[in-house]
Amino acid sequence: MTMAQKGRWLVVTGLVLLGGVYVRALAFTPVERFQGPAQKIFYVHVPAAVTTELAVILLGLAGVFYLFLKDPRLDRFAESSAEVGTVFASIVLTTGPIWGKPIWGTWWTWDARLTSTLFLFFLLVGYQVLRGAVPDGSLRARYSAVLGICAVVLVGFIHLSVYLFPTLHPQPIVLKPSKPSLPGEMLLTLLLSFGVFLLLYVGFVMQRYAIATRRAESFHG
Amino acid sequence: MGELLRQTWTIARKDLLLEFRSRTAIVSAVVFTALVLTVFNFGRDPTAVSALDLAPSILWVTFTFAAMLGLNRAFQLELENQALEGLLISPLDRRSLYWGKLLANLAFVAVVEAVGLPLFVLFFNVPVGRVLLPLLAVMALATLGFVAVGTLFSAMVVRTRFAELMLPVLLLPFLLLPLTYAVQATARLLADRPLSEVAGWLRLLAAYDIVFFAVASWLFPYTVDE
Repeated sequence: MTMAQKGRWLVVTGLVLLGGVYVRALAFTPVERFQGPAQKIFYVHVPAAVTTELAVILLGLAGVFYLFLKDPRLDRFAESSAEVGTVFASIVLTTGPIWGKPIWGTWWTWDARLTSTLFLFFLLVGYQVLRGAVPDGSLRARYSAVLGICAVVLVGFIHLSVYLFPTLHPQPIVLKPSKPSLPGEMLLTLLLSFGVFLLLYVGFVMQRYAIATRRAESFHG
Repeated sequence: MGELLRQTWTIARKDLLLEFRSRTAIVSAVVFTALVLTVFNFGRDPTAVSALDLAPSILWVTFTFAAMLGLNRAFQLELENQALEGLLISPLDRRSLYWGKLLANLAFVAVVEAVGLPLFVLFFNVPVGRVLLPLLAVMALATLGFVAVGTLFSAMVVRTRFAELMLPVLLLPFLLLPLTYAVQATARLLADRPLSEVAGWLRLLAAYDIVFFAVASWLFPYTVDE
């Protein structure tokens, strides 16, 4: 089985499982007391946000290793991760406002957390714009690595800054110093959803990586 | 280290001398700054929004655009007659090349800001006399942050298609953060808040400068080597 086929199977499995997670979220997970059914979007929004961050961090790491090893596979992985990351960032930026309208009464606020996701989105788009503008393969890989590393450093800075601004956004409830403060059923649904999103990320990246390999091969003949 | 600094100075001096002799870029950048400030004046309703409320944004948006204009120039001028290749085959440490360009860009942006600030005070009637020193500190730190990242990126974009458009697309997400810090600090300074409220933002700006200066010094050689 080729990598593209394996990736396709992973994505199909992921999508089926995502359906399963939603059946569980809608039918077998309690409704949140204050937010009502709107809170159900949480099970897509949060895993998508975490996956976006993961995609950016891996993009930066691939950049660091590329500069030392000069292995074109790392560049192809970075390219794939950036593109898949953009898709997940779009999911975060779409589901956020859908939740925000009924709960906050507004689609968008310039809250630090929302803004930082928008930053991520712009960084990922800029990364791909740069890739499109450099015709030479090895130069493109080097430039992308440099930009990818800078992007990760910037993301670190944004995370530090997010805590300095007053926020409307709900605070983290799982990844925090004390114990997760949500009921067990909700936590389990969320964790399942994390797993599914991770699977989708891997599946998409594998397919995208296969395309990048094909392109490189056809370019070199 | 002494040798590195000497080379840095040589590069910076070369760029500044070129600029001083032609004065095309600096004059355009200064005129551009004055024009942006004028546009801001007509872009607001003075009866609805007081100048003081808008002042920090006006100042920093203007400086951000002016800095970007200067940064595009830094490596563009090395494209003529393959001057960049000449620099790269000379026995020059890559870091000195970056630091030299950085220094020349800093001087360029500083001149633009030195003209922009009095114009801003004049046009918008914002009293800055009492807070001039801390304001200059904010300006120095934010400009260093802008230019540290911008010099690195301008070395990359000169060899891409649509270089003039590429620089803002790549650079603006990186400038938004120091811009935010600088606007917050300036707003507090202009509102006569105690300096202790500003210190935190200055520290953040300094941290941004140090981190990005170090990262860019490390990454720059990879952007110019063949």
